Amino acid sequence: MDDTPGISIENVSYAYGRTAALEEVSLTIDAGQFMALLGPNGAGKSTLVALLTGLFVPDSGRIAILNRDIAHQPKEALARMGIVFQTQTLELDLSVHQNMRYFAALHGMGARATDARIDICLTRMGLSERRGEKVRNLNSGHRRRLEIARALLHRPKVLLLDEPTVGLDVSSRSAIVEHVHGICREEAITVLWATHLVDEVWPQDRVAVLHQGRIKDSGTVTEILSRAGAPSVLEAFQRLTESGGESVGARP
Amino acid sequence: MSNAAATFSGYLICLRGVLWRESLRFFQQRERFAAALVRPLVWLLIFGAGFRSVLGVSIIAPYETYITYETYIVPGLAAMVQLFNGMQSSLSMVYDREMGSMRLLLTSPFPRWYLLLSKLCAGTFVSLLQVYAFLLIADLLLVDLPLLGYLAAAPVLIATGLMLGALGMLLSSTIRQLENFAGIMNFVIFPTFFLSSALYPLWRMQESSDLIYTICLLNPFTYVVESIRFALYLQTNMLAYGVVLAGAVVFFGLAVLGYDPKMGMLRRRGAA
Repeated sequence: MDDTPGISIENVSYAYGRTAALEEVSLTIDAGQFMALLGPNGAGKSTLVALLTGLFVPDSGRIAILNRDIAHQPKEALARMGIVFQTQTLELDLSVHQNMRYFAALHGMGARATDARIDICLTRMGLSERRGEKVRNLNSGHRRRLEIARALLHRPKVLLLDEPTVGLDVSSRSAIVEHVHGICREEAITVLWATHLVDEVWPQDRVAVLHQGRIKDSGTVTEILSRAGAPSVLEAFQRLTESGGESVGARP
Repeated sequence: MSNAAATFSGYLICLRGVLWRESLRFFQQRERFAAALVRPLVWLLIFGAGFRSVLGVSIIAPYETYITYETYIVPGLAAMVQLFNGMQSSLSMVYDREMGSMRLLLTSPFPRWYLLLSKLCAGTFVSLLQVYAFLLIADLLLVDLPLLGYLAAAPVLIATGLMLGALGMLLSSTIRQLENFAGIMNFVIFPTFFLSSALYPLWRMQESSDLIYTICLLNPFTYVVESIRFALYLQTNMLAYGVVLAGAVVFFGLAVLGYDPKMGMLRRRGAA
């Protein structure tokens, strides 16, 4: 694997009018790494995802996906990126397979060439039996899995997930966390997993703690724990996010 | 990894995908198709019957003979179908934005203007289906349209569909929430339709008020109606075609700016 970072964020700031949402955020995620972006609600996680995907443009700073600057080479950057947004982005009245086809077309992938790939992605997420079903009839856990399957359809090298387990029960949640860790490991995909739930962090993950628009700390779990002087990720997170913000916890 | 987005066929696949998605949605919403047909037919059958005796229409271009009032309003009603469809697309774009599926479109690797253009083409395609269905029924029930007029009107209906769709798209970029939609539509659809040549010839307007006549003359929708009217009767109206094309380009250009993250609604909305 070369040294090109999967995601590189340099001194990025963004404000909604006069309200600063992100201030001087810098973060590098090596290729193939799983980075959990931990932050309470309102920390700026979704704003960061919107900036990473080119939906917003930073007021200052630079963002690159595998060295492709999102501002100057959006096409190259987006073609290498899979995204699962916090809000659901499925077509409810189309079938599982039709949703995949539509996404393939949005990435310029022809229907015939992608059908085999669609089958692989659906099977991996345990959805191949439901391919003909309307999305409206799927439960929220299956919808999330479909969104992850869809995000991987074009073989991205970077996967962004913004609170992907919101509203799911405990078992669906842990299944999805496990799936994505597996994909990261097996396919060497860079993953940025934004969440406010510390129990989604695995011991071998990298962690960045975002609070009130600033990165409070980042590194391996061990590094974060030792710098915060805390015995657990939950406690370290609570210490780093003590000032203002909402209280945080292990369960939704 | 997909580099398909860089190729010409990639662009075509994307356009086809957006057209396919819009068509699927359209055919799934049968009530929408029914409403799109019933609305102008009600106007034609009821409004037309009521006003036939009150409003005489003298011989004016492109007509070569005296015509019934129903015949006069058919092109205006065809334009109304497209106006409503443009606004409906606008509504669904606001809805898509609230529901998140707009994000899926805007994070495709294709340039944003191209994605919006694909969406506009899809909306125009749907509006053509609606207009032709309406014209066919009107032709069977009440008015006689020249057979070749259907063919001649196709390129014009594409242009008018693009212009009204682009207007809808521009509006959708300025509307922040779904709840604001109804009010804005009332301020757009009704004045646009009534202050045009859709229901009455402009000379009649002039007889009653110079001011209203001038407003009608300045209303781009008048030129939408007139370009359809002239094309249906196999005649050309260069002024109308010019206004329609210019309107399509200007509205679409402004809509692209409206969806530009540096300056448009995405920024103002601040709801990532």
